[in-house]
Amino acid sequence: MSEITSVTGTGVPLLLDDIDTDRIIPARYLRCVTFDGLGENAFEDDRQQDPNHPFDNPVYRQGTVLVSGRNFGCGSSREHAPQALIRWGVKAVIAESFAEIFYGNCTSLGVPAVCASRADLEKLSNAIKADPNLEIRVDLEQCQVTYESESVPVTINESARNALMTGQYDFLAQLLDRKDKIQTRASEIPYMNQFAN
Amino acid sequence: MSDRRNLFNKVWDLHAIENLPSGQTQLFIGLQMLHEVTSPQAFEMLRDRNLKVMFPERTLATVDHIVPTQSVLRPFQDGLAEQMMSAIETNCKEFGITLFDLKDQRQGVVHVVGPEIGATQPGMTIVCGDSHTSTHGAFGAIALGIGTSQVAHVLATQTLALAKPRVRKVIVNGKMKPGVFAKDVTLYIIRKLGVQGGVGYAYEYAGEVFDNMSMEERMTVCNMSIEGGARCGYINPDQTTVDYIQGREQAPKGEEFDRAAKWWLSLASGPDAEFDDVVEYDAADIEPTVTWGINPGQSVGVNENLPQLADYSKDDQVGIQEAFDYMGLEAGQAIKGLNIDVAFIGSCTNGRISDLRQAAEIAKGRHVAENVKALVVPGSQQVLKQAVEEGLDKIFEAAGFEWRGAGCSMCLAMNPDKLVGNQISASSSNRNFKGRQGSPTGRTLLMSPAMVAAAAINGYVSDVREMLEPATV
Repeated sequence: MSEITSVTGTGVPLLLDDIDTDRIIPARYLRCVTFDGLGENAFEDDRQQDPNHPFDNPVYRQGTVLVSGRNFGCGSSREHAPQALIRWGVKAVIAESFAEIFYGNCTSLGVPAVCASRADLEKLSNAIKADPNLEIRVDLEQCQVTYESESVPVTINESARNALMTGQYDFLAQLLDRKDKIQTRASEIPYMNQFAN
Repeated sequence: MSDRRNLFNKVWDLHAIENLPSGQTQLFIGLQMLHEVTSPQAFEMLRDRNLKVMFPERTLATVDHIVPTQSVLRPFQDGLAEQMMSAIETNCKEFGITLFDLKDQRQGVVHVVGPEIGATQPGMTIVCGDSHTSTHGAFGAIALGIGTSQVAHVLATQTLALAKPRVRKVIVNGKMKPGVFAKDVTLYIIRKLGVQGGVGYAYEYAGEVFDNMSMEERMTVCNMSIEGGARCGYINPDQTTVDYIQGREQAPKGEEFDRAAKWWLSLASGPDAEFDDVVEYDAADIEPTVTWGINPGQSVGVNENLPQLADYSKDDQVGIQEAFDYMGLEAGQAIKGLNIDVAFIGSCTNGRISDLRQAAEIAKGRHVAENVKALVVPGSQQVLKQAVEEGLDKIFEAAGFEWRGAGCSMCLAMNPDKLVGNQISASSSNRNFKGRQGSPTGRTLLMSPAMVAAAAINGYVSDVREMLEPATV
């Protein structure tokens, strides 16, 4: 896996709270056996109901840094949600806070999800609206987001940061490394052993 | 010296293999459950890497989300659903996993089926690619919803890389009023703590209210832990838990059961167990509850009015106004009396036999209002069978409810059961998100199954207590 120390790109402003996974990808698009093509349906219903939705606005179409509010990604554990965002073009998300399963899914797919204060998110969001070509840099090394002459602090869970920066965010290889220990632990757990120990 | 660890920490420590370089823990998983929506891509990942399933006997699969509730004749009319059904059949066969397909009497919603067959047991770590896996915490298990990549991890290694959450004890003492159900308790807690109040936490539910609940009621509460942002929720195992498991298909038998029960009971948090946070509520404050907005934290007691914008901080007002606009409701208006178009009784939250019994008690001898489409969808084929044996299907049909086959149905509408246009649905399910029930503009009011039945009969949001037999009030 490639090491991810920063993401640089233009922004997509979506500063709303409690954006749930059903909004990110409505359930009817989950009728599939691969994640291919999910990008087209990201925020499908919101886009149809809001002619000004940023995902439908051509000026943000090249955007890779999504800016949102509190509790982003709440609801379902469906990995289809971050997969849809990735296929739409999102490479990093900056929000006030995230729902945990969504956050974990993002990390394991190599998408940094970082938290910033509401005031900083509002400033950033306004700056993107004023200039959709504004270059934004999400820097995991320094834990900051920079744009124009601004630099604002962001937080990221230390294990997620570590995993992204060392390129070890797909945990499967690490988990597979410990096959003997898995077997040993399994044999020590009462329900794996007729409750004999 | 007594063990001051709470149940969560005891179970976590038992399953922890080692710390990973990322700082997360590699945790052994006792049971993985699969369904057709979040598993096909995981099996594809195994194929890509030429991996096998490490413990196929610790894995079980069912079909639920896309299952039609009227005709299950194959191939399904929906080609995409048929493709998903074929995929899980092929995958389970190829990788040696037991699948409860549509012909199997154990088929049903994954979170109804696991407990029903005795696969869900205290002290286990349980995962599924579905956020409502938190349901299984009702047994004193660590039960987590996971993403599809993690489903692949567990298939290949029976382990997961996880950061350990903190544990918050949520105490509810006192006696529940008549007409107040487990669903009202969980909606009340989410309203109080907020939809992101649980982020970073596992919830231990404790106190008189949960001690007195049946296993079905405990499952309803734990099911919705995720709606409050908690990673999972659980209730300490007690004699109610042990009695529920005994005799079920996958439960330990004979002396093994006795050893198991002793171990299960030993896991419970002791009186001096330590927690990262404690909150306490009084059952007397909990009323039959109805959601009015677009997340499960936006609810009121049935006799309360909707909040005013000024009740919220400036930052929150944008979201609250969005909820009012989407729902077509106004600040300060009453929720009671609001007309409904559809009534849905079912889902992994409230599709169990006790839920159907409570709804049937209201439906008995009454009739669904004109213009209301009312559906009863049992959570599993076992629930369906039991309900038929008790004659509940006849009560519902006589009252004008449609009696359907088992599945997730109109909870998230991945099958043909959907809201149309901006219909308002009284629903016993778990999410009132925008578009959740299959129409991009459909509107959902969450409530208990008895409250759904009451709304179906009257045609508007009602206080179920006015329809209970006097003897029970």
